[in-house]
Amino acid sequence: MTRFRVAIQIVPRRGLLDPQGKAVSDALHTLGFATVGDVRVGRHLVLDTDAEHEQAARDSVKRMCEQLLANPVTEDFHIDSVEHA
Amino acid sequence: MKVGIVRFPGSNCDEDAYNAFVDHLGAEAVYCWHKEHDLQGADLVVLPGGFSYGDYLRPGAIARFSPIMQEVIAHAGRGGPVLAICNGFQIACEAGLLPGALLRNASLKFVCDQVHLRVESIATQFTSRYHIGQVIRIPVAHGDGRYTADADTLERLEGEGHVVFRYVDAQGHVTVEANPNQSQRNIAGIRNGAGNVLGMMPHPERAVDLRLGSADGLPLLHSLADALLAEVRA
Repeated sequence: MTRFRVAIQIVPRRGLLDPQGKAVSDALHTLGFATVGDVRVGRHLVLDTDAEHEQAARDSVKRMCEQLLANPVTEDFHIDSVEHA
Repeated sequence: MKVGIVRFPGSNCDEDAYNAFVDHLGAEAVYCWHKEHDLQGADLVVLPGGFSYGDYLRPGAIARFSPIMQEVIAHAGRGGPVLAICNGFQIACEAGLLPGALLRNASLKFVCDQVHLRVESIATQFTSRYHIGQVIRIPVAHGDGRYTADADTLERLEGEGHVVFRYVDAQGHVTVEANPNQSQRNIAGIRNGAGNVLGMMPHPERAVDLRLGSADGLPLLHSLADALLAEVRA
């Protein structure tokens, strides 16, 4: 078994109102960052997990996202990176 | 009628529910600790309001994996009634007992207020003592109450009469201003297909005494008592 460090991002699904994202977008506009468009505020998780190989770690984290880490009704997740811990 | 009130770490409306069912309805009630597997023979399960597990990850996301939830899901599967209030509603959605999800209020503010609800369905064991279209006053207290579901689910809820309560103004009109969290279609409470699980953000257990501002939650308790008594007689 090898220990992998997996980074996951979870964001509100596009099309759903994200009031936090809108508040951040409005604040950035107030600061003069007029080029900013849509902002979505989500979560970033970094977790360590043991697996036989990288693909196994990835598959396992995908199941974790589907069962707990992301809400399938309202959120999308993406596994950003899988590295040796 | 025996009421089982589930206690998670962070539940804070468990005693309100106990008082409502015991002192105002005259029922027997027990607390069911979330780590137990025993509903103690409860006829009705209450998932109370609060901040189970500190709302970590998402409200209700961790609580749904508590040992007691296996028993609550089995109880619901047998047709046993489950009243899921506020955080309980969030837990019920996370557990798949009800469709959809509850997101952060659009205002980003915690809302603590008396709101008006319109009773949309009386063909349930929770609402038989109301009349259809009745406007009632019940308090809300939540930061994550914006009901959200995909378009197909919303159509099904509406089409099959599963929307039980809607936020309205004092005259019973569905308006944007009357919606404390901007939940879709002003939905405040829904039931499952079988009709034995009700989830609602407002707190009927805090509206059981006119001295506290409203007794409009009492008919919900009495409706449940009627239904459970009828079951015993049958």
